Amino acid sequence: MRLLLGVLFALIIAASSGLGATWFAVTHAAAFGPIRVGAWTAWPKTGTPDIDPYARATMARNGGLPVASGDGIAFFARVDDAGRRLDGRCEILLEGLTPAARFWTLTLYDPDGRLIVNAADRYAFTSQEITRQADGHFAIAIAPRARAGNWLPTGGVDHIILVLRLYDTPVGAATRIGREASMPSITESGCP
Amino acid sequence: MIRLALWLTGGALLGGIVHLSTVLMLPTSATQDAYSRLTPLAPVNQVVLLPAPTPEGSVLPFMDPAFATAVCRYDLTGGSLKLTARLSLAYTSVSLYTRNGVAYYAINDRAAGHRTIEFDLMTAEQHSQLPEEEDVTAADRLIVDSPTLTGLIVLRALAPEPGLMPSAVDTLMQARCRRTPP
Repeated sequence: MRLLLGVLFALIIAASSGLGATWFAVTHAAAFGPIRVGAWTAWPKTGTPDIDPYARATMARNGGLPVASGDGIAFFARVDDAGRRLDGRCEILLEGLTPAARFWTLTLYDPDGRLIVNAADRYAFTSQEITRQADGHFAIAIAPRARAGNWLPTGGVDHIILVLRLYDTPVGAATRIGREASMPSITESGCP
Repeated sequence: MIRLALWLTGGALLGGIVHLSTVLMLPTSATQDAYSRLTPLAPVNQVVLLPAPTPEGSVLPFMDPAFATAVCRYDLTGGSLKLTARLSLAYTSVSLYTRNGVAYYAINDRAAGHRTIEFDLMTAEQHSQLPEEEDVTAADRLIVDSPTLTGLIVLRALAPEPGLMPSAVDTLMQARCRRTPP
């Protein structure tokens, strides 16, 4: 009887810890070899045949396709520079420069990878659409209400993800981040 | 107490095995991966334009709304394929994925160097069966080896501003993906 109870106990532990860890890995975008700049994270190996099993499992679950490494690279941000979760009810300011690339796009998604509904029908900016200062620096306001300059509406959705994609860029697995690539800073303020 | 700790350790070890095997099995058992999502939309060996992503939904998650996207869901069982894509004004890329969504090749307009992106797609076996002189004479012919019999060719054209989207879409509509005559 004690043996049976023991086996049952061990099996329950095995099933819950094993499946729990898998669920956590595929829902939290766990993958090897990330490059991190401030709040931004990219997984350059995900767009190559060397993609690791965790990234493959995540892709298979959410049904997406990674940006291939010969095409570009995608940086994701779920928090701001201070580690606060990005909230569409707050004012988020994106400021600075992007690494060298022929084009880049900045897009706002909900956690499931859908665009966010808004009255202005604006979901993204491309590198050609934004206004910049003379030195090339730019600022984008991500906020529920209209702002002067570059404004990306959040529709007041509480949980948002920012994706900055660089196309035709030398940034990749071999990039020493910090020295070679500077990413815009993200600052969140004015939360309700 | 010791007995409980032993059962706990045993359970945790087994949990590790469960975790690793489920992670490894997920890609082959997933029913909602990109290929499965595209199957009802895209007939085999034809270029099909994907609907632009909207807040109501998109064919694939995390699609870039600044791009027009088309796919050719390929099957090389009957022989090799030729892909021809015209270049848009801004930026055009062609990425290749295996049946399970692993990106194995990508080429963009700058790397292509011509007015079009053009290549032959075949399996390694079909490549090795090519007559040798054909391989040598066509020096500027690009041959891409697919690691799997089926997969996805994803063509993407950038519209740097929304007004240029119709022209990006138009470029992709002219792309062709067809069987190479034997």
